[in-house]
Amino acid sequence: MNNSNGHFKTALNRLIRKKIAVVCIIVLIVIYMCGLFASVISPYEYTAQDYTNIKKPPSIDHIMGTDRAGRDVFTRVLWGVQNTIIITFVALITGGIIIGVGLGLLAGYKGGKTDSIIMRIGEISSSFPDILLVIILAATLRPRVLDFVRFLEDSYNISGLVKSGIADYLVVSLALVSFGWIGTARLMRAQVLSIKENQYIESAKSIGASTNRILFVHLLPNAISPLVVSITMGMGALIGTEIILSWLGLGIQPPRPSLGRMLLDGGSISIIRNEPWLLIGPGIVVFLMVLCWNLLGDALNDVLNPRTR
Amino acid sequence: MWQYILSRLMWIPFLLISVAFITFFLGRFGPGDPIEIMMGTKYDPIVAERIRSEMGLDRPIISQFGSYLKNASQGDFGESLRYRGRSVSDLIGPKLIVSAKLSFVSLLISILIGLPLGFLIAHKQGTWIDPFIVTISVTFMSIPIMITIPALLWIGCLKTDLVPCSGWGGLFDKRIIIPALTMGIPGIAFMIRIMRASTLDVLGQDYIRTAKAKGLNFFTISNRHVLRNSMIPIVTILSFALAGILGGAFITETILGIPGIGRFSVESIFNRDYPVIMAITLIGAVAFILANLVADISYSIIDPRIRYK
Repeated sequence: MNNSNGHFKTALNRLIRKKIAVVCIIVLIVIYMCGLFASVISPYEYTAQDYTNIKKPPSIDHIMGTDRAGRDVFTRVLWGVQNTIIITFVALITGGIIIGVGLGLLAGYKGGKTDSIIMRIGEISSSFPDILLVIILAATLRPRVLDFVRFLEDSYNISGLVKSGIADYLVVSLALVSFGWIGTARLMRAQVLSIKENQYIESAKSIGASTNRILFVHLLPNAISPLVVSITMGMGALIGTEIILSWLGLGIQPPRPSLGRMLLDGGSISIIRNEPWLLIGPGIVVFLMVLCWNLLGDALNDVLNPRTR
Repeated sequence: MWQYILSRLMWIPFLLISVAFITFFLGRFGPGDPIEIMMGTKYDPIVAERIRSEMGLDRPIISQFGSYLKNASQGDFGESLRYRGRSVSDLIGPKLIVSAKLSFVSLLISILIGLPLGFLIAHKQGTWIDPFIVTISVTFMSIPIMITIPALLWIGCLKTDLVPCSGWGGLFDKRIIIPALTMGIPGIAFMIRIMRASTLDVLGQDYIRTAKAKGLNFFTISNRHVLRNSMIPIVTILSFALAGILGGAFITETILGIPGIGRFSVESIFNRDYPVIMAITLIGAVAFILANLVADISYSIIDPRIRYK
């Protein structure tokens, strides 16, 4: 374990020496903090309309301007960022980490039938062209999930579940899971296949370590660097897909703000001509989020990947 | 080798049936009754019931799926629900061609700019040029399409009047410039990354050192030794990119009003036109699976060191 700490310490030191990586980390922390604490930071309510300030360019009161309904763009961007953060993290943790890593470990370690079944299922889900499966899932699941949430509300006497928009979060996250798990599973499987030939795994087995212990204590920590790289590199794409879904109207529903929806509203010709700030505000935030994850992924790859070191 | 190809080919029908089943199942359990969509405002429960039994929609889902598969394997994807009396194949055909043309041009942009740049900067590893080009290309890749298009429209259509703002006129029309750039720019970074990694890999090999030691000049080494070997992984990428050509671009085509398959998929998902969605998914899946196979086979033809058992 000491040795592995040393590995991450040297990796961290190397990362800190990369200026771009440090800048990206700072930008991401700022954006994520702003998003998470949107309720504290945002100067207005996201539905609050100010009819005296419709379609106003950025000013001190409204630093990203106001939209056609007189709502503060900055506030809506903050809440949109919050929604994107929640959805991408839920999808990442359930799909990328729990399902992807779990199935990858299992496939690589067990081999044989388990392996081929898991990998075949993966092949099926990756045979869908581009993100079509995500779009179809998001489009068809919504009413079912909504019914389910209503059922929960009725049978457990919880009120406000439907109103809280939890169904939207569930739908989008579920759809995104279909997109995220197979990449991590393949990566984990390949890692496990090469690691499990090592002598220390054999020794662990010979002293009677349980399968769980071998998987989570011996295999997982040794396979974690490529996992960190691939997840960081994939975050940009995950955020991009979430934004595409809400752009298509399949994500978080209005009046709750979403970045994709704001990009859709701000993207028309007449708005670019007359009120460009409606696109520039949310656009820059989305761009920075995706860019920083991508650059950070590149930097981590340089630092953690033994081949390029 | 032949055995390998044969076993891969035998697996294809199963993959396609699974993809078809998932889409079919999601379609049937998704929102919206196809008959209601067909009849629009002239909905009449008695007539609806009759059409339902005529179309076989009252049969068990497995038997419906069976007859769908039988027809689809003969190239008959049924009739569109939205455009009455038009067969799905007729509707999709011309749109596939439009998307293929557009994707081809954008792929050309990524390849012609990306591959030479990637090859070049691999030789410049350790200087400022390498990280500089990589960072620039990642920056361009990270701009979401919903921002690229308005930005290009603003430059090319609002400010300078170089190209019309939307529409489609075929391969040799000015209107292809904006969509092709939009789709090609993210690909540049991708091509640079792959080509750079692959070239670096080759440059580190012993045979390159031997070639240098023999006193061969730079161009002979580059052309005969480096370029040929570093192109091997590119072939895989290219065959996938070619498969993607049939997929179309959901957002680019929707924003710019291009009558391609991407825009049609989005429309059909919102219209709940399931026969169309199924056909598009299946065509995309076939293209993807075949590309996968071609990539693996061409791998072993180009590089005789790779053998499949």
